[in-house]
Amino acid sequence: MTRFDSYGEGIPGVDPGDLTGWLIVIEGTDGVGRTTHVNHLRGVLEREGYAVAETGLTRSDLAAAGIRRAKEGNTLGSNAYNLFYATDFADRLERQILPALRAGFVMLTDRYIYSLVARAIVRGADPDWIKNVYSFSLRPDAVFYLRIDVPNLVPRVLAQGGFDYWESGMDLPMGADLFDSFVNYQSRVIEELDRLSVEYGFETLDATRPVEETADDLSARVLRLLARISHETEGALPPP
Amino acid sequence: MTQLPPPAPAAYGDVKPPWPGRLFIVEGIDGSGKSTQLTLLSQWLQGEGYPVVFSEWNSSPIVRNTTRRGKKRQILTPLTFSLIHATDFYDRVEREIVPFLKAGAIVLADRYVFTAFARDVARGVEPRWVRGLYRFAVVPTMAFYFRTPLEVALKRILSGRPKLKWYEAGMDLGLHTEPQASYRIFQARILDEYERLVKEYPLTVMDATKAIETQQRLLRKHIAPHLLGLRKTGVIHAVHANHAKVTP
Repeated sequence: MTRFDSYGEGIPGVDPGDLTGWLIVIEGTDGVGRTTHVNHLRGVLEREGYAVAETGLTRSDLAAAGIRRAKEGNTLGSNAYNLFYATDFADRLERQILPALRAGFVMLTDRYIYSLVARAIVRGADPDWIKNVYSFSLRPDAVFYLRIDVPNLVPRVLAQGGFDYWESGMDLPMGADLFDSFVNYQSRVIEELDRLSVEYGFETLDATRPVEETADDLSARVLRLLARISHETEGALPPP
Repeated sequence: MTQLPPPAPAAYGDVKPPWPGRLFIVEGIDGSGKSTQLTLLSQWLQGEGYPVVFSEWNSSPIVRNTTRRGKKRQILTPLTFSLIHATDFYDRVEREIVPFLKAGAIVLADRYVFTAFARDVARGVEPRWVRGLYRFAVVPTMAFYFRTPLEVALKRILSGRPKLKWYEAGMDLGLHTEPQASYRIFQARILDEYERLVKEYPLTVMDATKAIETQQRLLRKHIAPHLLGLRKTGVIHAVHANHAKVTP
């Protein structure tokens, strides 16, 4: 039995049968502390002897530079913009995530299709369309959703240096000033992520807790998952 | 742990433009002569005093650099090839085609969604997925398919231009180590897909083996009824659109 399948018809020309690693996704809105948690988790897993690889949004070799330019000039149409992100994601899936899974790594992914889908919907994309666009993607072993509400998010964003133009939805904009737009935009993004968490079966973690507490909770859950799946895989092997 | 995938997506074909302009598109394999026909059509329409805008693939300035980079370094896969071209296409539709249809112009497109349906599926992309991808492409006023026997098209292309590009020849698919041989196999696959599309969509089939002027006369005859009620500029030249390529 193959470890992975896709939400839809799969990736053209790719046999998921030789993927043996783990695909673990950390989701959550901007400023919730995903990067901190990914770094911490990586340390924990490596101490346990797992080989870890990482990737995050707009880090593709193919499209990252183009997306940066598009954002500077704000010159792309809305659906084109969504598809540019999908191109970036597909390139990372095929050229970063698949090789790591083939090599038996734990692939830690700082956001996956869900943030992209949520963001696109908030910016007006048709929900069914954008989900279909991303239906080629692999179903991860688990999605850990760091959930926070806007009142708890605001002090963290202030501590990190303030409100980012895009993370406040100022390209739309969604309010009279940066703060109002931030509150409205992030409320909508969190609302969409909540909806997706039900649809795609996320494991939700309360990220309003102190960072250490959330980090320990996350590591414990991931270690349990790795132990369970590795046993299942070994058990499924034919006898030598 | 995760649930069922979302239901089968709505696909291309539902977005009928309510605007006063007209959209005519031509499709066909390389060497079918469709670009020549479109250029002749454009000259006629301009001569008649209609505002004409010309649109073609890979014209979106932002996306073009990424596409070029992907092709040059040969890092595009069937999936990313499909997605980057869809990005370019939507940018073109949103910024070059729709505003001009709203303004009452005649938009002429050299290749449209059917190129993606044929080419991407020939690369192994799922037909249903790619039709869903192009769901929001506006349906053209008329779509013409220039049907050409494979050998005729191959002869036109291979006699004049010996150096084939990597993706153009389908070298990414590993069909053959020799570009010309790979190109033949790839074009044959695309041709098969076009023939499927003719049955699936209202494409007007043109016999591309006929004389150029015969085809052009027929093309104009098809298009003429759709020009009724369209406003002329009174000035005989092409519209200079910001990002739209203007015919010579």
